[in-house]
Amino acid sequence: MARYLLLRLGDAIPTLFLVLTLVFVAMRILPGDPALAALGDAALPEQLAEFRERMGLNVPLWQQYFNFLGGVLTLDLGRSLLSNTPVLTLIAQNLPYTIELTMAAMLMGIVAGIPLGVVAATNRNKTPDTGVRLFSLIGYAIPDFFLGALLLITFSLNMGWFPINGAGTDFVSRVHHIFLPALTLAFVKAAFLGRLTRTSLLEVLGKDYVRTARAKGAKENRVIYQHGLRNAMLPVSTGLGLSLLSTLSGSVAVELVFNRPGIGRLLIDAIAERDYAVIQGGVLVFAGFVVLINLLMDLVYVVIDPRVRVK
Amino acid sequence: MHATSAVGTERVAPKAGQGSVLSVRDLKTSFLTSRGWVEIVNGISFDIDAEETLAVVGESGSGKSVTALSIMRLLDPEMSRVEGSVRLADRELLTLSPAEMRSVRGLQMGMIFQEAMTSLNPLQTVGKQIAEVLTIHDRYSGQAAMKEAERLLDRVRIPAAASRLNDYPHSLSGGMRQRVMIAMALACKPRLLIADEPTTALDVTIQAQILQLIKQLQKEEGMGVLFITHDMGVVAEVADRTVVMLEGRAVESDTTEAIFERARNGYTRALIAAVPKLGQGSENGPQHFPTLDRKTGIVAAARERPDTVRREGEPVLSVRNLVKRFDIPGGLFSGPSGRVHAVEKVSFDLRGGETLALVGESGCGKSTTGRAIMRLIEPQSGEISIEGTDIRALDKERMRDMRRHIQMIFQDPYASLNPRISIGDAIAEPFLTHKLGTKAQAREKAMDLLERVGLSADMASRFPSQFSGGQRQRICIARALSLEPKVIVADESVSALDVSIKAQVVNLMMDLQEQFGLSYLFISHDMAVVERISHQVAVMYLGEIVECGPVRAVFGNPQHPYTKRLMAAVPVPDPSRRKQLRPVNNEEVKSPIRPVDYVPPVREYREASPAHIVQVWGDDWKV
Repeated sequence: MARYLLLRLGDAIPTLFLVLTLVFVAMRILPGDPALAALGDAALPEQLAEFRERMGLNVPLWQQYFNFLGGVLTLDLGRSLLSNTPVLTLIAQNLPYTIELTMAAMLMGIVAGIPLGVVAATNRNKTPDTGVRLFSLIGYAIPDFFLGALLLITFSLNMGWFPINGAGTDFVSRVHHIFLPALTLAFVKAAFLGRLTRTSLLEVLGKDYVRTARAKGAKENRVIYQHGLRNAMLPVSTGLGLSLLSTLSGSVAVELVFNRPGIGRLLIDAIAERDYAVIQGGVLVFAGFVVLINLLMDLVYVVIDPRVRVK
Repeated sequence: MHATSAVGTERVAPKAGQGSVLSVRDLKTSFLTSRGWVEIVNGISFDIDAEETLAVVGESGSGKSVTALSIMRLLDPEMSRVEGSVRLADRELLTLSPAEMRSVRGLQMGMIFQEAMTSLNPLQTVGKQIAEVLTIHDRYSGQAAMKEAERLLDRVRIPAAASRLNDYPHSLSGGMRQRVMIAMALACKPRLLIADEPTTALDVTIQAQILQLIKQLQKEEGMGVLFITHDMGVVAEVADRTVVMLEGRAVESDTTEAIFERARNGYTRALIAAVPKLGQGSENGPQHFPTLDRKTGIVAAARERPDTVRREGEPVLSVRNLVKRFDIPGGLFSGPSGRVHAVEKVSFDLRGGETLALVGESGCGKSTTGRAIMRLIEPQSGEISIEGTDIRALDKERMRDMRRHIQMIFQDPYASLNPRISIGDAIAEPFLTHKLGTKAQAREKAMDLLERVGLSADMASRFPSQFSGGQRQRICIARALSLEPKVIVADESVSALDVSIKAQVVNLMMDLQEQFGLSYLFISHDMAVVERISHQVAVMYLGEIVECGPVRAVFGNPQHPYTKRLMAAVPVPDPSRRKQLRPVNNEEVKSPIRPVDYVPPVREYREASPAHIVQVWGDDWKV
């Protein structure tokens, strides 16, 4: 078990390294001068030179690369070109909001999606099934920034039920603030998980061991949940990982639409201002999450499937 | 019971069924298909008494499994319709509500299935799965249920039952899994056990164990057993009475003795005649199966077969000290964690026009040997020569040419034909790949071969889906023949076929041997078929040949303990032997997985009679 964990971690390191390199290269091939962007067209050449030196932009590229890698290893991600705040501080300030949003969206998506899938599978080709399939289709088709704007206009602006922007302070107001953005992200999640659960459960319900459970005299609920759903959750748990990743990337647009603080917003603002250090930091956080979530998914598999444990 | 249906069932259930454990009258099952309702079982009737075993026997598609599932009411109620009467201890089952039916299933009748692996939930320990039956029917709960599950595992003769309780199905062997299924089915001491092909997927020695176990438990519990099978040998072994099914109908129903000795129905006689029996080998080498007309039951006696073996000259295929081992990967940085000694120093000669059978149980290395000879996998060492040419020394290009002379037929005729290529093209393809002639010649060749394998030339443009399993296997044979090979490696080529079809395909293979002077390397686990078709036989165990020689010598006078055990386990289609409880060795088939540093011992062989070679066995075989 511990060995398996170490092996998986070992796999994650090259991935992370590759992502770091890609981020660095992508930043440098972007057109435009960060010093100009930060100080404006009116800046004097001396000011620009001084800025470049302070930000470490005047050394050769390879040296910048190693400085960057070294910085990541020592958790020194540099400072924002604009506000001069350490990038780590900016991330620490914004990350909790993004995690909060992602978790809330995941929770809503799971709570809605999996039961929908079960209802559809157990009522195959009947009205509830058709309803769930229609819902999934809509969920897939509708872009989250559009759905977000729609919800915002309807429930916040017109009805006034929810706040228009921000993230709130105490628990109640945070829940109040997060509801619509999380719902926006949860919509596609529920559509995805509902469909996945339906397909997977339908397949499992045709298996021999489900017939065995019936031959034992088990009640239909027991057959569906104990023997069916638990086995159907194997592919769904992989789907959950993928879906968590898409929620994370979806949070960028949603944070913008609802004007919420978060890593997504931080990134968008940084890109607009060509704030290298912050972009690097933000992308790094996302990449870190991708690697972490994949690792978690592998572990979840070990926990729920005894057949993986032996290997 | 509803008043209306009670009247209905009274009419069709005569008094004869009274007192039986199970009484089935005029059972009709239909499935909803795209063409509307199609009747799969049309009007089956039988009774089973306590302590009695009734076999329902038939070939694939006869409706025997559907009969079993109809009795358990396990068919999807929306897609199927069951009519007639099924009475379990005088209680009509077909009119019970779903809830009432649930309290019957598992409690009053238990069922075991063909594939124990897929019939067990992979995510639950076997202990939990057995305990579940007990808790569902309120027999035990919590710890007490687990305790009882342990006792049940012990009852089905699983060694160290307590330690097996927390095992998952994947870590058990096939035989053990079927024992777990039996423990589960019998947990609540049901009056009736329905066994649907419970031993078909098992090795023959394990099959003997499971059949024995069912018989013993039946005696102890006094339950009735409904045994569904396609195997007449198994029928003779277990059944007191037998129902023969064909196309959804019971064509004959009688005591097993009467069925075997004086069957009235033509189909029954054909089925029995087609059963390969051990001990029918002839002095004059391989002999055809007698062929019978399915409908009339008229026997066409097998004609004498000339000797096809070319004894002079060098052998067509010669294998010396063939070794194939597979490493079991360990971790990322450590070496292999073990090694499968799949084929260990295997040597044999195959002469022109001769059939050599490799027999043994799963994991014995017989298929690996076949694949290594084809160089579909690279052996570690050894020599393989075809007419004196060492094929292991050939480069890719020349190996491809060499494959012309050695072709293979596989077990599953469904999986080995491309569904989108017409069979004429499939047969012509190897001919064209090897550039043996023009397209027109290839087509002519394909048509000729279709005729030779008993199909007709105008079928060439049809697709595989339009053929039955037996016909497809004929097509596969035709395809292998299109290159005019000298040797055909037939890997379990008739194992998946129904008995009557199996007999026909075996006869065909013998005919082709006569016509083309073919040599067969016939890989099979079916001893009785092997006895029919082969000149020579090699018995494999854990990757090694433990005994080989002329079929009559080896089967008539087996020397090695493993050969003896294998022979003893083959079901004998003779119902008079049924009452005897045969001594059955409860050992599992051993694994050829060894530690990495394992060095195989040097084996010695002795000659039991001319050309009959036996491996000298060590202490591990002394009982």
